[in-house]
Amino acid sequence: MVQVLDESGELVGDPPDLADDELVALYRHLRLARHFDERAVNLQRQGRMGTYPPLAGQEAAQVGSAMALDDRDWIAPSYREHAAVHVHGLSLSDILLYWMGHGAGGWRTDVNVLPAAVPIATQVPHTTGLALASKLRGHDAVACAYFGDGATSEGDFHEGLNVAGVFDVPAVFLCNNNGWAISVPRERQTASPTLAGKAVAYGIDGVQVDGMDPLATYEVTRAAVEKARTPGERPRPTLIEAVQYRFGAHTTADDPTVYRDEAEVAEWRRRDPIPRLERFLRETGRLDDETVEGIETSVREQVSEAIERAENTARPEPDAMFDDVYAEPSPALRDQRAALHRLRDRHGDDAFLKE
Amino acid sequence: MSTDTQTETQNLTLVQAVRDGLRTEMQRDGDVIVLGEDVGKNGGVFRATEGLYEEFGDDRVIDTPLAESGIVGTSIGMAAYGLRPVPEIQFMGFIYPAFDQIISHAARLRTRTRGRFTCPMVVRAPYGGGIRAPEHHSESKEAFFVHEPGLKVVIPSTPADTKGLLASAIRDPDPVIFLEPKLIYRAFREDVPTGEHTVPLGEAAVRREGSDVSVYTWGAMTRPTMEAAENLAAEGVECEVIDLRTLSPLDRETIVDSFEKTGRAAVVHEAPRTGGLGGEITAILQEESLLYQEAPIERITGFDTPVPLYALEDYYLPSPTRIEDGIREVVDFR
Repeated sequence: MVQVLDESGELVGDPPDLADDELVALYRHLRLARHFDERAVNLQRQGRMGTYPPLAGQEAAQVGSAMALDDRDWIAPSYREHAAVHVHGLSLSDILLYWMGHGAGGWRTDVNVLPAAVPIATQVPHTTGLALASKLRGHDAVACAYFGDGATSEGDFHEGLNVAGVFDVPAVFLCNNNGWAISVPRERQTASPTLAGKAVAYGIDGVQVDGMDPLATYEVTRAAVEKARTPGERPRPTLIEAVQYRFGAHTTADDPTVYRDEAEVAEWRRRDPIPRLERFLRETGRLDDETVEGIETSVREQVSEAIERAENTARPEPDAMFDDVYAEPSPALRDQRAALHRLRDRHGDDAFLKE
Repeated sequence: MSTDTQTETQNLTLVQAVRDGLRTEMQRDGDVIVLGEDVGKNGGVFRATEGLYEEFGDDRVIDTPLAESGIVGTSIGMAAYGLRPVPEIQFMGFIYPAFDQIISHAARLRTRTRGRFTCPMVVRAPYGGGIRAPEHHSESKEAFFVHEPGLKVVIPSTPADTKGLLASAIRDPDPVIFLEPKLIYRAFREDVPTGEHTVPLGEAAVRREGSDVSVYTWGAMTRPTMEAAENLAAEGVECEVIDLRTLSPLDRETIVDSFEKTGRAAVVHEAPRTGGLGGEITAILQEESLLYQEAPIERITGFDTPVPLYALEDYYLPSPTRIEDGIREVVDFR
């Protein structure tokens, strides 16, 4: 398993070729992701947001890997990649809006991020398709899929990787192995000793990395991107297994105490990516109390502003549900939209809304 | 309606009735096996299988890898071998990877082997909207399965029916798609017979008698439909509310008898309108009872859009107000 920083933040491998300010930016993104996640869980608890899938514990794999991508690259996320898609260009309020039930959230026209894939592993073959298209067009954009350990049990995972291997597509398949698919532990998901080992079956490289080591996840993804981005040569896909842990529940609707031992959580908390990177940056003189304090303040402000922006976004007009079902609305859709208008005129919105 | 005679009951929610139904059938028949994602130690994400793992062990309550096609395909093999698997799909919106197995194999194993192999299994899945859930958690796509010969499709609307219909589905020699209205999993309680309790498949229930208009519905829409019917009764319009309970096979006799009494009909479902069951019920009435028809048949349904995220889902689902308006159209037609 590739590691650059050990659990205490001691350097045990070659640090990646990142400038001091990039390393501090990586740290800031980890802190931002953690604070965003805490606030999002609280918003759900307060009834200000719907069901939300927390990411705490998984910041390093998301931020480290996403920082290894360029703007022209693509991300096909699952539903838990709030940090990765933010690093790639979605605003925090874009992300919050989606979980607040607005169709306008979760995507942007100017960012190469597909909408969150809520069914499991369906984004894996999409990634193969994005990468194949980039290759056919003669572009050098790389496509990166994010998915969990549970996804490796789905047919779509195997089909997507198989096609990717056959066609030499410029793709990175990043498995955030967080140990649990809701209540089912990794050991009951597959009898394979590692998930990275599944790459062998598709004729592609597999690499296992400490997913709570931000420097290692950056470096491993960077190498995979480089192998995929080879204009004029033969690009090759890579399967990365980032071994990590979700500290919290699968979603805010889940209670992990039913199936998980608290001692296990405590054990994994010792590998928390944030103090790990912080210690390394402090000891190498890249970070001091003042900078950390400044980052803490700015992260809090940034998340508060994003929440305010999202909450001040007006409820979408009911018409929005009829928009974009087709490029041209069908006659039936036009009729149904008109019928809803008549009903609202006759009864007002209170006759529909339960809140 | 019910095939048992005992009177002892428990006051249960709908989701507790699912559990009670599974438990009772598992006690009765050692071949009944529950399998799916999180059904074991976790007791199901809706707690529908809570306690079964502890009572029956991990050979009969199996936590599977996250693989819908694998779960249903494995169940088909188990059923062909002689067991009675009851696979759970966590949400109906996640059933599509298993669609191939259900449609291509479960539905036609009997036909293709001229009865040598059969597929007595029950695929359970919570369906429907209204709980402010994320994307792909609110689907109501019963029509996909009703369209497939060889399957039976059941949607209960009360706790007692849930237990009784589930028991009948498990005992049924053919594959049954059993869709649970999660909106009303915990909305109310009802007395449910303890011990063995069955409600026959293929029989609709008359939830309310009335002479002015027949209103056909099922599952989670039964409650807003009943509310609309009570509101209309205050205006002097008497609705006969038919809860279909089994969508395949449809209870044509009850559907037609009610219409021939009232001469007017409306269908209420939350699934999209086009290609929904409302069209099939309308066709049955046209075929069987054209000369009784006094007004166009109204469909009060979800829209032909993906179920919107929750900021708009209350506009998508038929509300009592919308249902009342639709029924008035039928009743006022002269």
